[in-house]
Order: sequence, then C-alpha cells, then structure tokens
Amino acid sequence: MTTAPTQNSFRTQPDERGHFGQFGGRYVAETLMPLVLELEAEYTRAKADPAFQAEFDDLLEHYVGRPSPLYFAPRLTEELSGAQVWFKRDELNHTGAHKINNCVGQILLAIRMGKTRIIAETGAGQHGVATATVCARFGLPCVIFMGATDVARQAPNVFRMKLLGATVVPVTAGAATLKDAMNEALRDWVANVHDTFYIIGTAAGPHPYPELVRDFQSVIGKEARAQMLSRVGRLPDLLVAAIGGGSNAIGLFHPFLDDPEVRMLGVEAAGHGLDKEHAASLAGGRPGILHGNKTYLLQDADGQITEGHSISAGLDYPGIGPEHAWLRDVGRVDYTSVTDVEALDGFQLLCRTEGIIPALEPAHAIAAVKKIAPTMDKDQIVLVNLCGRGDKDIFAVAEHLGVTL
Amino acid sequence: MTRLATAFVRGPALVTFITGGDGPTAAILDALVAGGADVIELGMPFTDPMADGPAIQQANLRSLGAGTTTADIFHIAAAFRARHPEVPLVLMGYANPMITRGPEWFAAECVKAGIDGVICVDIPPEEDPELGPALRGAGVALIRLATPTTNAARLPAVLDGSSGFLYYVSVAGITGLQQAAQASIEEAVARLKASATIPVAVGFGVRTPEQAAAIAKVADGVVVGSALVELVAQHGANAAGPVQGLTRSLADAVHSAREK
Repeated sequence: MTTAPTQNSFRTQPDERGHFGQFGGRYVAETLMPLVLELEAEYTRAKADPAFQAEFDDLLEHYVGRPSPLYFAPRLTEELSGAQVWFKRDELNHTGAHKINNCVGQILLAIRMGKTRIIAETGAGQHGVATATVCARFGLPCVIFMGATDVARQAPNVFRMKLLGATVVPVTAGAATLKDAMNEALRDWVANVHDTFYIIGTAAGPHPYPELVRDFQSVIGKEARAQMLSRVGRLPDLLVAAIGGGSNAIGLFHPFLDDPEVRMLGVEAAGHGLDKEHAASLAGGRPGILHGNKTYLLQDADGQITEGHSISAGLDYPGIGPEHAWLRDVGRVDYTSVTDVEALDGFQLLCRTEGIIPALEPAHAIAAVKKIAPTMDKDQIVLVNLCGRGDKDIFAVAEHLGVTL
Repeated sequence: MTRLATAFVRGPALVTFITGGDGPTAAILDALVAGGADVIELGMPFTDPMADGPAIQQANLRSLGAGTTTADIFHIAAAFRARHPEVPLVLMGYANPMITRGPEWFAAECVKAGIDGVICVDIPPEEDPELGPALRGAGVALIRLATPTTNAARLPAVLDGSSGFLYYVSVAGITGLQQAAQASIEEAVARLKASATIPVAVGFGVRTPEQAAAIAKVADGVVVGSALVELVAQHGANAAGPVQGLTRSLADAVHSAREK
C-alpha cells in the first residue's frame, strides 16, 4: 500500500502553495485572494500559539464532549462473521456529528481575525447546525446557505438552525443542493470580505481550508489511534469512512497515514448506481477546478459540472477534498462506492444489531463494511467512523421504505 | 500594434460583455459593434458562475440550457472575427472549461478563432501556471482582474504576466449589483495607473451612460455587462436592436467624456 511517493511521509502535504501533488491550490477570484492569504498567515500563527490549542482542546472536551468513545460492535461483528467491527462514536458529539470539531476551530480563527459575521454552506444540515451552534455559543450573527432541495429534505435541521439564531437562505439555483449553496456562500463572501468569515464544512475549498479542516478533524484519528493502542494494544487493520467532501474520512485517516500496516477505505456515494446518477467523484470524475481547488469532479467533456445524486444530502456533492484526490492517486488510500439501496440496508443493519441509528452518510461506510468484513480474518480489526447520528434522516428513510409517518 | 492596444489609443474605450449562446449571439455581437463598442467580451457559459450576480447567472443557465458547447463558443468567435477583422474580442469565463482539455489546447483554439485575450475569473496570479504560460506562448493576452482588496503588495504580482488591459473590479462583490462611489474609483484608478503599463478598464455595477462618462474621465476603459445581458433576457430573439441602442448611448458617453 505504501508504494508511490518519493517522500518518507504521507503527512507532510500540502506544499507551501497549498497543493497536494497536482490537487488543491487557491483558485479564487482576486477579491478573495488577499483574505485567503491572510487566513493562511493567521492559521500559521494560531497553530504555533499554545493558547489557541488550549482553548480548542477545552471546548472539544467540555462543550463537544470529547473524546468520543471507541466502541466494539459485538452483534454486528457476529452477524458479519469476519473481522471485528469497531466504531469511533463521533455521532455522540454535541450536535450529533463530527462537523462541530471543525466549527469550533474555525470560529476561534474567525475571532482571532476580528471577523464579526459568519457564513456557511450546508448540505444535510449537519454543518449548518454545527456552525449555528458555535455562532450562538460565541454570540456572532450567522447566515447559512442551503439548497432549496435540501431545505425540503432536511426540515428538522433547518428548524434547529433557526432555533440557534441562524438565518437560513434557501438557494434555488442549479439543482438547489450543496454545490449551489457553496456558490451562493462564495458570492456572499466576496461581497462582505471586510467583516465576514466563511466556515467551510468540508476539507475542500481554497488553501488553507483543506489543511485546516483536516487538522481540526484529525482529533478523530488521534483519539482513535490512542484508544486502539490502549484497548487492544495494536492498530486496526482497516479504517473505513464515508466521503462526500471527505472531512470525517481525512480526520480519521490522517493520523494513521504513516502506519503502513493500516489500510484505509473511503466510501463514496454511488447513488442510483455508477452508470446512473451518483455522487462518486473519484469513481466517475476527472480532475478539474471548482470552488477554489483542483480535484476530481463530476463533469462533462466541456468541463461543465454535472449534478451529483445521493440519498444522503451530505454526500450529494460533485467534488471531493483535494487530499483524497492525492491519496487515491499515490495509492495510499483505497476508495469504493455504495448505492442508495445498499446504504439504506446498512442503516437498518446497524439499527437492528447495535441499537444505534446512524446518519445516512456513515450508513454508506457500514454498507461497505458489510461487504468487506466477511472477507477478513476474525482476529483482524475494522474501525469505522460513525460520523453522524440518524435522527435527521428518519423522515427520509421512512419515505424510501414506503412508511408514512 | 495589437487590436487590443489599438482600441485604447483612441481615448477611453467602451468594453461590452455578453454571454455567448444566450439569445441570437451573432446578431447581438454585430449590434455591439454597430453601437460603437471598442472591445467585446464574450462570456463562456459555466454551470457554476461563482463571481456573477443574478443577471449573468441566469444568462449562463439559459445558454447551457440551449445546449451551448465550448465548440459553439469558438465557432461564434471565429465567425465574428471573419465579419469584424479589426474589433478586439476577449473570452471571459471560469477556469474549468478553459483547462479541461489542457491549456495548450485552449490557447490554440483561441488563436484559430482570432481571440485577442482571455479573462479567467478564478485563476489568480498564484495559480498562473494553470493557464498563463500557454496563453502567453500563443500570443493571447491574459487579462487579469484587480479589486478593491488588491493591495500595493499584491499589485506587482497581478501585473506580472498580464497584458491587454487591467480590469479593475470597482466593488468587492459580484457582477451587476451595487456601484462603487466615484471618488473611490478615481483614487483606485490613479493608484493602478501609477504602476500599470497597460490600460486600466473599470467594471462591475456600471449601468448608465452617466456612470460610464464619469468613469471614462479617469480610466482608459469602461466595462458594461449585466445591463446588456438583462436586455437579452428581456428581448430574447429580438435583443439586437435594444442592445445596439444602449451600446450607442454608452459609447457616445464614454467617447465624449474627455471633451466636456
């Protein structure tokens, strides 16, 4: 697995220009460039500031509820009759997903930079809820851009954001999903650069966002690595995480990248199938430039971006974080995809065997584990990032299962 | 002297923008020329026009909805060049459609179609290798944007490798909405002209002959886009006449601005 690069570490990306190999970069309008450079400089200072790290750690412990548990899933393991299945329980975080880790870090950066207004995009609504949460906690006004389609299919999260004091702006352009919400957030940002901080929810966008989102989410992998060593005295054999933009996956993977015995599997959303509508940018896309970075994109021959589709609003995005694009090309991480139907099956499997209702995003990871765990030895360990809980999805799942609530 | 350079030596130039493939593009381009436009920007439609306001967003979607391809844009440009050998034509758009077949391919197509320059919204100087070397190698001008946030430290990097003209985006924002105060435009243009050896054109939010005339007193060019694109939205297949009318009033205002 550790074949390709000439460097000795997979953990030294990006380079000083924000590139992960050929991916990443800063493809933004000139208006935003000075701000992006300022953010990079401020993040460099924050990383070296023990007070910043201490405040981040304190909030993660006492506000978010970290460390999240590492859980061995006995009945799922028995049912799959192969490798031991363990979960990193990031669905137990405050607000119910991993998204809050990143939002805590970014709002501390925003405050350091003297910004007084926060904007964000959201797909499933988890990042919007997490952003609205930290804005309420720090008393900053918050505007969330959300595709009108997603507003309709994630009504509970829209109400949560409003309760938390955020203004939710439905975006009707395009297919009215996450991509269009991000376009609109960028338009707002370019018009309000003087006072506004854009809290990007995934490990994508212009440098330094992919790096800083990864760093804030890496708490997942750092904890999991220490917990595994403490509980079983060795590292897992395989890490599995769902990928939309890829922030929960890179957060889990990154601290393990230089452990050659640990294999990693990212799971994209195959939607109705890779030959039909889907959101699997690595499986069905090619490199291009969108939303500030170069990465794998779903696009036509002319470079027009095509609409993704997934049952999961959080995975319904035609791109992927640039570090994943690089990790795939250098061969360090494997990527696969599962369909809507398989994800629904994974969703129900975890409910039934472990008494945990997962979000539809990690349901994709569970569906992949259902296929791969039975092929592994019983003494091997699969660690899955359970990046969100499924309360927000029960209405959508009921509809797909033909149940009227 | 290049077509672009020639357009600016006569005095302040009117630069007009329309989205390719939105409405009867060939007739609209001819109307711009007949109305007195000195430089024409032809917008390449993109699914995700992140720097554009509602008017040009909708124009992009109408064009793509009508099936416009990159090949169509180059056909439109080549036909324009055959009809108007002297009028400078610039492509404006976003990075992905420009680099998707490789920057050398794109630069070669520009040369074949008689395109004088390219404005790419989302390739800042920091990412110049993506497109700049191919365009310069082919003799196509890379026209960069400067904005109210482009400080003195950045300006040399913006100017380095750019040619044709410098496009000053007068508001920190998206196309077609608010206009900057005249005083701030004058201050910015004076600052830019102190460093730039190429003409400085000012755009974003310029809609009326009065605004255009005021800017033309200090700048080398005035860019009008959304106001023309809105006429295309309003009049569709019959847009050429209204477009020519607005262009004529803008051109008269710009060309006579320094005589008053």
